[in-house]
Amino acid sequence: MIVDKRFLVPLLGFMLLVAVLALGFKLRDPHLLPSQMLNRSLPAFSLPRLGDPSKTWSEKDLYGKVSLLNVWATWCPSCVQEHPQLMRISREEDISVFGINYNDDTAKALAWLQRYGNPFQLNIADHDGQLAIDLGVYGAPETFLVDAKGVIRYRHVGVVDEHVWADIFAPMIAELNRQAGGS
Amino acid sequence: MKFGMMKTHRRNQLLLIVVLIVGAGATLALVMQALTENINLFYSPAQVVAGEAPTNQRIRAGGMVVVGSIQRAVDSLQVSFLVGDLQSAQFPVLYDGILPDLFREGQGVIAGGSLDESGVLIADEILAKHDENYMPPEVAQIMASQQEKTPP
Amino acid sequence: MIIELGHFALILALAMSCCLAVLPGFGVSLGRPALMRTGGSLAAGMFVFTLVSFVCLAQGFIGDDFSVAYVARNSNSALPVYYKISAVWGAHEGSFLLWCLVMSSWTLAVAMFSQQLTDDMRARVLAVLGSVSIGFYLFLIFTSNPFDRTLPFFPSEGADLNPLLQDFGLIVHPPLLYIGYVGLSVPFAFAIASLSSGQLDAAWARWSRPWTNVAWAFLTLGITLGSWWAYYELGWGGWWFWDAVENASFMPWLIATALVHSLAATEKRGVFRSWTVLLAIFAFSFSLLGAFLVRSGVLTSVHAFAVDPERGVFILWYLIIVIGGSLLLYGIRAGQMSVNVGFGWLSRESFILANNLILTVSAITVLLGTIYPLIYEWFSSGQKISVGPPYFNMVFVPLMLPLIALMALSSFSRWRRTATEVLFGRQPIRLLISGLVCLIFCLLTSTWNLWFQVVSLISIWLIVNLLADARYRQGGRGFAGFLKQTPSYYGMWLGHIGIAVSALGIVTTVVMSEELDLLMSPGDKTQIAGYDLRFEGVERVNGPNYSADRGIIAVSRQGRLIEMLYPEKRLYSASQSVMTEADISVSFWRDVYVALGEPIGNQAWSVRVHVKPLVRWIWLGGILIAIGGFTTILDKRYRRLKMARQLQSRAETSVQASLA
Repeated sequence: MIVDKRFLVPLLGFMLLVAVLALGFKLRDPHLLPSQMLNRSLPAFSLPRLGDPSKTWSEKDLYGKVSLLNVWATWCPSCVQEHPQLMRISREEDISVFGINYNDDTAKALAWLQRYGNPFQLNIADHDGQLAIDLGVYGAPETFLVDAKGVIRYRHVGVVDEHVWADIFAPMIAELNRQAGGS
Repeated sequence: MKFGMMKTHRRNQLLLIVVLIVGAGATLALVMQALTENINLFYSPAQVVAGEAPTNQRIRAGGMVVVGSIQRAVDSLQVSFLVGDLQSAQFPVLYDGILPDLFREGQGVIAGGSLDESGVLIADEILAKHDENYMPPEVAQIMASQQEKTPP
Repeated sequence: MIIELGHFALILALAMSCCLAVLPGFGVSLGRPALMRTGGSLAAGMFVFTLVSFVCLAQGFIGDDFSVAYVARNSNSALPVYYKISAVWGAHEGSFLLWCLVMSSWTLAVAMFSQQLTDDMRARVLAVLGSVSIGFYLFLIFTSNPFDRTLPFFPSEGADLNPLLQDFGLIVHPPLLYIGYVGLSVPFAFAIASLSSGQLDAAWARWSRPWTNVAWAFLTLGITLGSWWAYYELGWGGWWFWDAVENASFMPWLIATALVHSLAATEKRGVFRSWTVLLAIFAFSFSLLGAFLVRSGVLTSVHAFAVDPERGVFILWYLIIVIGGSLLLYGIRAGQMSVNVGFGWLSRESFILANNLILTVSAITVLLGTIYPLIYEWFSSGQKISVGPPYFNMVFVPLMLPLIALMALSSFSRWRRTATEVLFGRQPIRLLISGLVCLIFCLLTSTWNLWFQVVSLISIWLIVNLLADARYRQGGRGFAGFLKQTPSYYGMWLGHIGIAVSALGIVTTVVMSEELDLLMSPGDKTQIAGYDLRFEGVERVNGPNYSADRGIIAVSRQGRLIEMLYPEKRLYSASQSVMTEADISVSFWRDVYVALGEPIGNQAWSVRVHVKPLVRWIWLGGILIAIGGFTTILDKRYRRLKMARQLQSRAETSVQASLA
């Protein structure tokens, strides 16, 4: 069989295109976001409780147990999407779920929790974004995995869905609990 | 007869090649010209503040709308706000027109326009993403790379 | 239970596609006709199971089954039932299920309407379609399963469908677009089957043609509807943004348009065979590439799907296997296809060649503009850029003008060669007529814009030529003569008229539109393009799943009320998202488009007003083009395909005759 090499030119062009796409794909993976806060203790804060501004929460209130610290807001559509999973986690898993209500309005936030259910053991009203800035948050939802001593172990940007939970959080939590049990 | 046809065929081929070369050359020139003229370089707030972005040339810059910085004129559509990053870099944007539905304080935004001498971005377009993804990827990446560079 | 049934049906459909990819192919290599003929029933099975799966998901939406993650994310009990159904394809997973349903429908259609093919060829074509489907089903089941549950705890209410998608345009736009996209797999399958069998004769062009034309017509309709949807739903009056997702549908359209033409030349004259096969591969490749661009998050866009790297990686590998494999096969086999068929340089063949070159180059320039940010970022180590619409306009318009001009000239072209006299003889008078019409147009609207003059002159010239050709074809028998033409001719005629109508619409809208962003308090008046607008105020209204501020604006002209417009600013309660709903006074000659901005204190609102002359023509042209595409398949010769073999041998003879 005689192969006319001219007819292989389209294949070459295509391979070039694939290289560009693969490259661009690597560049643009939005889930690979590091955090400067990783493996550091939670920043110190004292912020009002959501719905009860006379009292405050501080970082000490989050210690004691492995916990998820979820940054949420009523203006964030993805938070609604994420919500069922948080509800499930708070009911089913042996872990605390804390909320940071970020850049929001108290009345709206309370109505939102009323409507969709409240998975949070406590909710920090961070309505001018102080804590969020300290944590390096730039949007919602974001979820931090905090160990019993208040050290940030992992940061997830975007929705925590069943895959993220099963593939990332669940194994890390198991590991943290194992370490805590062993020491 | 057969020979004559072959000649036509060759002439066709020659013609084709000439047309191809001229056409390809013209198109290539056009594409290169259009590409150099019509790309918008993208800058982060830190780059804008540091003066790395050119003035009086169309650029795009993005970051987060600083909470509490939106100011509206009472008698016109003019609106100004600050766009910032996670650190202290912030630059002002001036826009005359209707903001997109998803434009909000504390959310990612991309402004297209040109910087004037005083460092204000005179925007002719404001983009906030039109779906539920919460941040334009360019902005997300600038934020991310910044965190890498942040000293502890 | 229904959801599990849907999931199970999907797995069965995957099994069917695997059998379809393998069994008929085995039949071919073993020479067992019984095995070859399994293709038909397997295709039917694949279709039925996919349909069952689709209906199950739709039932999940209608029954508000929020234990299904996909339903919970994209529906809400307050959503009207028609949007619940269209929400099935409102996001990534479900829209890909629709994609698979469309794919299996095309496969079934090929199985049913390809009786004229030899058993061998039919088996090969179906096997290719089956193989292509495997990847789709795997992708759906393993990376994007719409049937995933969030048991045992699930939300009592869904997060609601993205408000942008709660619209009639979205009910019909994706299905039409997908029918077009996926339909391009049929000519692809024919091309691969021909390459693999070595039967590289002109017959495959005859088989592919009606399928290609239909897929192309659907693609045209899909793009047209998408443009219309963006126009009224995105709220800023643009109808084409050169957005990555739009480009993803436009590139396959450009290539498919080239394919439609080159198939005609290959069928009628046996020319450009290897080129046509390549175009068939390209057309489908571009539609797969579009899927990658839209679903991988590699490019940003106003309406891209949510990003998931896993999906991107899957599609990239799929592209490499399918397209890379096809191009490799092409590289090996295409050399055997070249036939030297002569044609004069003033022949229809030449025109089609020019058309193909221009369209292919246009598609490549669009591709370059779309992926240039990636290339630039790489070479400048991280500097981000975006390529603005001016790039596309600057490159695309100069490419389209000669294309329309060639279209005008080619109306009188004949196969093999055309006498100079026939082609150019009466062009001066036709140009003169076009110039006059154009001049009157300019005078009436007092527009002296060079672009407007050039584009409208060429478009009108095209129409004049088409009318002259129709008159010529009457052959003195009046309209009865025109009615004696073949459907292919009507299709070509309508399609080309459609191009002229669209071009006129585009240039008029671009050049003559007037736009105003202003602040209006109740009672304020403004004037734009001869229309008086009076802002009466804003009232609160409630929809099924949203509340809205509804502006009331009276549009009048010379003191006579034309229409009351009610643009809305909606707040969708479940997702808490704000949506601008424009209101438009529609007419054949112009649109008056009004959208609300934001409240700016003291009952005043920012308001955007456009007056867009001839904007409807853009979509009217698109519809005409699509009708043209559909018309061609009425041609009787596609129904006499039982004689395909004889016809093919006749084609061969005519090729030899032309060589002699």
